Amino acid sequence: MIRLGIDVGGTNTDGVLLNAKNEVICSTKTPTTKNVFSGIQTTIEELLASSSVNVDDIKIATLGTTHCTNAIVERKSLNRIGIIRICLPSGTTVPPLVDWPEDLVDKLQAKTALIHGGYEFNGSPITGIRIDELMETVESFRGSVDSIAITGVFSPVLADQEKEVAAFLQQHLPLIPISLSSEIGTIGLIERENATILNAALKNVIKHVAEGFKQALVNKGIHAKIYFGQNDGTLMTDVFAQKYPIFTIACGPTNSIRGASFLSKEHNAIVVDIGGTTTDIGVLANGFPRQTSLAVEVGGVRTNYRMPDIYSLGLGGGTQVTLKDGAWKIGPESVGYQLPEKALIFGGETLTVTDVAVGVGVLGMENTQDEKLVSIPTQDIYPQIVEMVERAIDRMKTSKEDVPVVLVGGGATLMPETLKGANRIIRPEHAGVANAIGAALGDISGTCEKIYLLTDREHHEVIEEAKQEAIQAAIEAGADPHRIDIIQLEDFPLAYIPGEAILVRVKVAGPLLLESEK
Amino acid sequence: MKWLNEEDIDHIAIGASVLGTGGGGDPYIGKLMALHAIRKYGPVQVITMDELKEDHWIVPISGMGSPSVLVEKIPSFEMLMAPLIAYEKASGKKIDIVMPIEIGGVNSLIPVAVAAMKGIPILDGDAMGRAFPEAQMVTFHLDGLKPELVTIADEKGNTVTIEPADGHWSEKIARTITISMGGSSIVADYGVTGIQAKKSVIPGTLTLAQKIGEILKQPRNGAVHPIELLLTLLDGHQLFRGKAVEIKRGIEGGFTRGKAVFEGSEENDLDSCVLSFQNEHLLAEINNKPIAMTPDLIAVLDEETGMPITTEGLRYGARVIIVAFPANERWRTPIGIETAGPRYFKYPYDYTPLEILIKEFVPS
Repeated sequence: MIRLGIDVGGTNTDGVLLNAKNEVICSTKTPTTKNVFSGIQTTIEELLASSSVNVDDIKIATLGTTHCTNAIVERKSLNRIGIIRICLPSGTTVPPLVDWPEDLVDKLQAKTALIHGGYEFNGSPITGIRIDELMETVESFRGSVDSIAITGVFSPVLADQEKEVAAFLQQHLPLIPISLSSEIGTIGLIERENATILNAALKNVIKHVAEGFKQALVNKGIHAKIYFGQNDGTLMTDVFAQKYPIFTIACGPTNSIRGASFLSKEHNAIVVDIGGTTTDIGVLANGFPRQTSLAVEVGGVRTNYRMPDIYSLGLGGGTQVTLKDGAWKIGPESVGYQLPEKALIFGGETLTVTDVAVGVGVLGMENTQDEKLVSIPTQDIYPQIVEMVERAIDRMKTSKEDVPVVLVGGGATLMPETLKGANRIIRPEHAGVANAIGAALGDISGTCEKIYLLTDREHHEVIEEAKQEAIQAAIEAGADPHRIDIIQLEDFPLAYIPGEAILVRVKVAGPLLLESEK
Repeated sequence: MKWLNEEDIDHIAIGASVLGTGGGGDPYIGKLMALHAIRKYGPVQVITMDELKEDHWIVPISGMGSPSVLVEKIPSFEMLMAPLIAYEKASGKKIDIVMPIEIGGVNSLIPVAVAAMKGIPILDGDAMGRAFPEAQMVTFHLDGLKPELVTIADEKGNTVTIEPADGHWSEKIARTITISMGGSSIVADYGVTGIQAKKSVIPGTLTLAQKIGEILKQPRNGAVHPIELLLTLLDGHQLFRGKAVEIKRGIEGGFTRGKAVFEGSEENDLDSCVLSFQNEHLLAEINNKPIAMTPDLIAVLDEETGMPITTEGLRYGARVIIVAFPANERWRTPIGIETAGPRYFKYPYDYTPLEILIKEFVPS
């Protein structure tokens, strides 16, 4: 059995083939093309050409892609949206989309319905759902929306009303996909509603991606089951991805963190991924990327669904170094993919971070024009570059203790033998395509993030319920029911909410269940 | 005469999170309410203290309860209006002007939405000059005023009018009602005439919040760091530069209470700082000696951007500059210190003004 993994990034499309023991058979790195699928096609061709694998042995094909991020940022191919908020009599002072960028709102051509319903913080209903309002909503949506987003007040505490409304709409508008906020975000209605609307808007995009990927595979005679990388570092099936396209956003950095974990055999470490233009720093906690607890903006929209905790620096191999007012300034401008023409050592005119690393002897390359560096005080500049990375590492740590640091990405060689804050530095083999490896490997996860009230229940009861819910979610997403592990379990009391309320967060993961094992 | 537009709202929200001194609830939801209200009903007129007439009837309006409920069960326009209608009914007087009860956090912007909807002006001033956690921590209370009349409303159509004995009872009863309303309410209390407002209200704080927002939002030109501009504007002091190395939080009586420890860098290389908070930052100690304490304002700002960091948003590794601003004179009186000084919050210090603590400070 062979796995094919492809990671489409902003600059490069990386590909890798892994054998049954998860060893790298071969890998490729090609520039991402404007038509992403032709780049994917090229990647598959190159992988097949440089190995002798039989296409029939490729059983699993996984794709990590920036398609959904790009669709939102570029406002392209988005669905027309029907927005339902179950909130009346509350909520009217902040209707949906208030803080959204105008050009994005224009693209969504949203129809909005605020209807009666919603819960108090303790799960007691404020009012019930009204059928007449639902009928009215159906009529206003009919023919003018392609995808529906439903958000109810306190639905993370109780999702029954969201489900009730969804069932009604499904019955009357059977072909239109529905996204429920309780399955996507957490407390904070506006941010959760925003994430749900974005999710709904991406339904066409993800459909197109899945079809394009399948076609690219079929063109080369590959008939593998396809999976998508999601932003917690795990995989989801095609069916699951069609429901939750928003979870593919930011899967690139998480793929590289997962790949770094696999290659280095580390489960708790800081991963530093240095590319041509940026450095992404993430945290590996129990083998998975740590998630951020803060609101995250996607394409100018504030959301609160789970996102990896990534700190990005404008520093990479192509980052320009300039002299300004007597001081050397690093970036943020970069020559990017033009490094082989523009850098001094390659005969160009621009001083880059790569030049500096060569100048101090950290990086050795053949056939370079090192004489161009004679007049540059690289010994003075280099510590500045290292310090940028060290500060970022320190920012991501959770305590004073030194931690292992895994260096991956094309620019990993720019770093010295030791770094402040690191008790050891690991530079795994195949580090340049860690992201494609991460995409190929992925486990299947399930999560449960819910508020529970302890007024008439025991603490251990609600924790057990949350665990079971997360495990069920993982099984539905395609995980092997017998090999699921709990990788994160935390609960904390909620500030300000009167009475005993706790937020429980459980995440489980397991290897995917193969057709042949069923 | 001044009118608030959408950009002003953005600036006030940033300023309110600085003056919120780490607490007061995320102004974001208040900002959205104010933005939508202005788009729907038109801009809001701001009345300065000088423009105030003696017989004007001014009523402060605010949100009470849990910010976590407010961000989920967002108020309706009817809910915003209900306490005013009840207040007018019970007092028999027409409300001319609304005002924020506190300028820190989410409550800085709720009255803007109310003013837009009712089509009346908002007063450029508040009764705290910052954010505080309890309803009696207002200048009206310091001046011996009672709330007289308090009206409380929820989104379901419930409105409660109470005539509390004093500020402490008002806090106690209104909070109980708020909890039974579902954890969040809109409150009108401490209605005052123009004469009384001139005595008690801290003037110019809405404009001040807006100016803070403008400073922090403007593009960096490199010449002067925004934090320096901020210190000049607020007559403040930079207390400490460093990095968050430890954060301890717990829930005590419905409040988030805890400590954050910072390790010094550059000019504070050898120092360490401990910040104690109960929703808001209330006490800063450097090398185990107090350097700033409530009611003076303590804010934690991002070292690079100058943007405020809340007690909830503070995490290990954050590079910060801790600053402090003197509280309004009203808070530095015996009753002010009794109401909101360090002893009230159970910290083992007698209040000493910021300027004196700064002078006594010797860096290691």
